[in-house]
Amino acid sequence: MELITPAIGLIFWTTVTFLILLFLLKKMAWGPILGAVSDREESIKSALASAEEARKEMQNLTADNERILKEARTQRDEMMKEARAIKESMIAEAKEEAKEEANKMIAQAQSTIRLEKQSAIAEIKTQVAELSVGIAEKVVKKELANDKEQSDLIAQLLKEVTIN
Amino acid sequence: MKLSSFIKSLVLSLVFFIPFNGVQAQEHETTHKTEKSQATEGEGFDITSMIMHHISDAHEFHVYGKNEDHFPKALTVSLPIILWTDNGLVSFMSSEFHHNDNGTHVVEKKGMKFVKFHDKIYQANTDGTLSLDDEHHPINTKPLDFSITKNVFVLLLSVIILLLLFSAAGRSYKKHGNGEPKGVAKFLEPLVIFIRDEIAIPNIGEKHYRKYIPLLLTIFFFVWLNNIFGLIPFFPFAANVSGNIAFTFTLAVIVFIVVTLSGNKNYWKHIFWMPDVPVGMKLFLAPIEVIGMFVKPISLMIRLFANITAGHIIVLSLIGLIFVLKSVWVAPVSVAFTLFISVIEILVTAIQAYIFTMLTSLYIGAAIEEEH
Repeated sequence: MELITPAIGLIFWTTVTFLILLFLLKKMAWGPILGAVSDREESIKSALASAEEARKEMQNLTADNERILKEARTQRDEMMKEARAIKESMIAEAKEEAKEEANKMIAQAQSTIRLEKQSAIAEIKTQVAELSVGIAEKVVKKELANDKEQSDLIAQLLKEVTIN
Repeated sequence: MKLSSFIKSLVLSLVFFIPFNGVQAQEHETTHKTEKSQATEGEGFDITSMIMHHISDAHEFHVYGKNEDHFPKALTVSLPIILWTDNGLVSFMSSEFHHNDNGTHVVEKKGMKFVKFHDKIYQANTDGTLSLDDEHHPINTKPLDFSITKNVFVLLLSVIILLLLFSAAGRSYKKHGNGEPKGVAKFLEPLVIFIRDEIAIPNIGEKHYRKYIPLLLTIFFFVWLNNIFGLIPFFPFAANVSGNIAFTFTLAVIVFIVVTLSGNKNYWKHIFWMPDVPVGMKLFLAPIEVIGMFVKPISLMIRLFANITAGHIIVLSLIGLIFVLKSVWVAPVSVAFTLFISVIEILVTAIQAYIFTMLTSLYIGAAIEEEH
């Protein structure tokens, strides 16, 4: 029975010491310890969050870089394609021009040749006429005896000359 | 045989401490002597009184040796006796009783005569004797005893150690900022976090736990340290503080007060007018719930008291077996079993502290639970 009868003295001292202990530990230990622990947890949480953010940013940057690179590549391809087209068109143009020029030159040459030929023919005609006149003179001088024959011959000669 | 008798007397001197039940002075002396001689020879060893003596409180701290011997053969640390009598406060050292525990040595203070009988202090009759009833219980008045007993001494010691440990931990955080814990804080922080994350937050809730966490932490470490101190069989520990009903009673009362004052409308409604049940059921449940209010702290009180006291009784019984069986060859068996039980008891110190704290937070959690 004595074992389960609480003694007033121990109740008194337990109450006093427990309350003092509670008060002092709250001030000296639980406050600082729990404060420090929760501060640390907060800082860890925020550090993790910022790391995550940095990772995302990094990802965005990489994506951006890739996009830019891709754009640059397509741009380069386009430029090269354009350049090639320009080159080709220039060559074609040049060819065309050259052809035209050549044609022109040929035509000019042909007309010149024609004119030359005509003038040459004319010259030949004149010379042939002169030659014929000379020949005729000689012939006339020699065969002037026969008038009729003479005039026939002249007519015939003239005819022949005109045809040519 | 020389060795065995030496061990015998050594163990005896450690565990055997005035196990007599005499009445009058004369009878007492003779009984004492016969019992002593019997016990020395291993006969008539009163194991019950030995155990009861060890798990009870005392007004002096018996360190070693036979009580009637003097230093250096024996050492008893006397503790202050503080009494509240009809004539006011009286205080003197327990050594003034000259280790007398059968009410024969009278200490006179302020015109009042005091005697110590079975570690209780009585106001003696004018002739310095005690009046006993038929069952040999004194019927003299007992002054209110606020002495620094063995238990109070260890209690204060545990408070000092807790304050030193935790104030050192608290200071280390101020010094090192909120980086990694250093020194003693490194060891204590996981325990504090355990109480917070495994006991306080799950039972009380994220919203309110801050208000109660100092109480829970204090209860846990206070109970745990006193449980551990109870297991250490040397001065200045060796007391049975947390296995004393007064200690557990006080803690239970504190818990009861906190829970009752924390109770919100919902809590009281669940006690006196249980919602969602028929009126008859409400009337039937109300008295049960009211009883439950008191049963909860009472269960706390009894659980801690019984567990710790039981542990002490087992250890003392195993050691007492040597004397009951009157053979020193029982000693190895006793020691082996005592070691085994002690290891379990170390676990029990933590478990009981945990359970006490856990249930306290559970009761607080129930008291502040919002309507759902």
